[in-house]
Amino acid sequence: MKKAVITVVGRDTVGILARTCTYLADAGVNILDISQTVVQDYFNMMMVVDVAGAKMPFAELAAGMEETGRAIGVQIKCQKEEIFDKMHRI
Amino acid sequence: MINISEVLETNRMIQSENLDVRTITMGVSLLDCADSNLDVVCKNIYAKLLRYAGRLVRTGEDISREFGIPIVNKRISVTPVALVGAACCRRPEDFVEIARTLDRAAAELGVNFLGGYSAVVSKGMTPADEMLIRSIPEALAGTERICASVNVGSTKTGLDMDAVRLMGETVKAAAERTRDSGSLGCAKLVVLCNAPDDNPFMAGAFHGVTEADAVVNVGVSGPGVVKYALEQIRGADFETLCETVKRTAFKITRVGQLVAQEASRRLGVPFGIIDLSLAPTPAVGDSVADILKEIGLEHPGAPGTTAALALLNDQVKKGGVMASSYVGGLSGAFIPVSEDQGMIDAVVAGALTIEKLEAMTCVCSVGLDMIAIPGDTSAATISGIIADEAAIGMVNQKTTAVRIIPVAGKGVGETVEFGGLLGHAPIMPVNRSSCERFIARKGRIPAPIHSFRN
Repeated sequence: MKKAVITVVGRDTVGILARTCTYLADAGVNILDISQTVVQDYFNMMMVVDVAGAKMPFAELAAGMEETGRAIGVQIKCQKEEIFDKMHRI
Repeated sequence: MINISEVLETNRMIQSENLDVRTITMGVSLLDCADSNLDVVCKNIYAKLLRYAGRLVRTGEDISREFGIPIVNKRISVTPVALVGAACCRRPEDFVEIARTLDRAAAELGVNFLGGYSAVVSKGMTPADEMLIRSIPEALAGTERICASVNVGSTKTGLDMDAVRLMGETVKAAAERTRDSGSLGCAKLVVLCNAPDDNPFMAGAFHGVTEADAVVNVGVSGPGVVKYALEQIRGADFETLCETVKRTAFKITRVGQLVAQEASRRLGVPFGIIDLSLAPTPAVGDSVADILKEIGLEHPGAPGTTAALALLNDQVKKGGVMASSYVGGLSGAFIPVSEDQGMIDAVVAGALTIEKLEAMTCVCSVGLDMIAIPGDTSAATISGIIADEAAIGMVNQKTTAVRIIPVAGKGVGETVEFGGLLGHAPIMPVNRSSCERFIARKGRIPAPIHSFRN
């Protein structure tokens, strides 16, 4: 399993989750966990995903997610999980 | 499993607080490039750098994209060139030829700076060392990406005052030679005492002879992150203040550690050290001065500044050493003037003087950095400033450095613009009393008594 963290930040609108998930399903990425919160009217979502079965290299996947975000009007980032683990776990 | 607030915190640091990995610096030994023929040496150097660092920039960009953390600079440090060129360089111009070769390699590799046009002359100069030093003004004027440094002393050896005298003249000559660009040459020339062999930060980076053939060192930064964390606990007691700086430094350094390990693995080059310095840039919010203000000073330079800086520097180290087993380089707070808007403001407001900056260097990681002074300052006075700073390093067993710019044709009240990461600086007044007779003395200052630990 190779975990990555996807964050979606932006103004709440219809279909954010649906379109993000459709993209991930097409890319062969399995979603392990989803959590979300609204901070100052902004929609914040985090997904933990498994990219082991992804059909494309990680950089391409990340670029595709950003592109999807732009189409919806939100910011989507896809980062390898280690950066968060390293920073917040001893 | 990691939770959403932690993820958002990390991304806020990156997006709003300028958290970045300041540099991945690959150190490459050029000792095996030596030959008695200059052309062969240049050819060897070029080939080795391209072979070792060919994937450096690309790898940095890949890591940056995958982890979502900016990696601002990809750089190279090499063996002090005075050693590499000792057998083939008969005159200073020969060394300049090596500088041009390094500059071409740096351009080809896409790195923005290459450090190591250096001589380590803590106790004395070989003829090659002296030739290299004399070639520095021409080398800096004739290249774009080369950084030069000279180590003039150490706690173990004392201070080589002949080198200190020569460096005063060299700084002046470099300023004059790059007159048309605001004496920019001096921004890429640093005079050190107790220079570390593994510093990834320019202009003082070189790949020391104690190092392996190639190594990856990483410099992390993040003054904006520390500032933000301190804003959240405004008015708290010292214990809370220290704890907050320490925790933040830990988090920043862990990111550097991750990037360093990844870079090392992908490049097939051993990981050397993390340099956990707070390094400002001219960007808004990326300022060490702003941290000092947040701690409670109206401007850096106000009474209390040295104490506040000492505290900050120490807590950064304490947080950092917990986060990485191999901490090295300079590690601490950088206080360059031209690269930190808060420092510039303090100078303009009359709060910060060279003398106060000198005091501050006793407790932080480097020295008098990126300070513009009048172009008519004498070589002896510059040597005097270098000697003072080196003495602080020698006696306190720490690295100190002088990167000072006597801006040709400008005086107090004027400003010099370097552009980019190097920023801009108001010309600061220098004490006009002479140290001519002191600097004219030949020889060296002996090592201090506490260096004899055997």
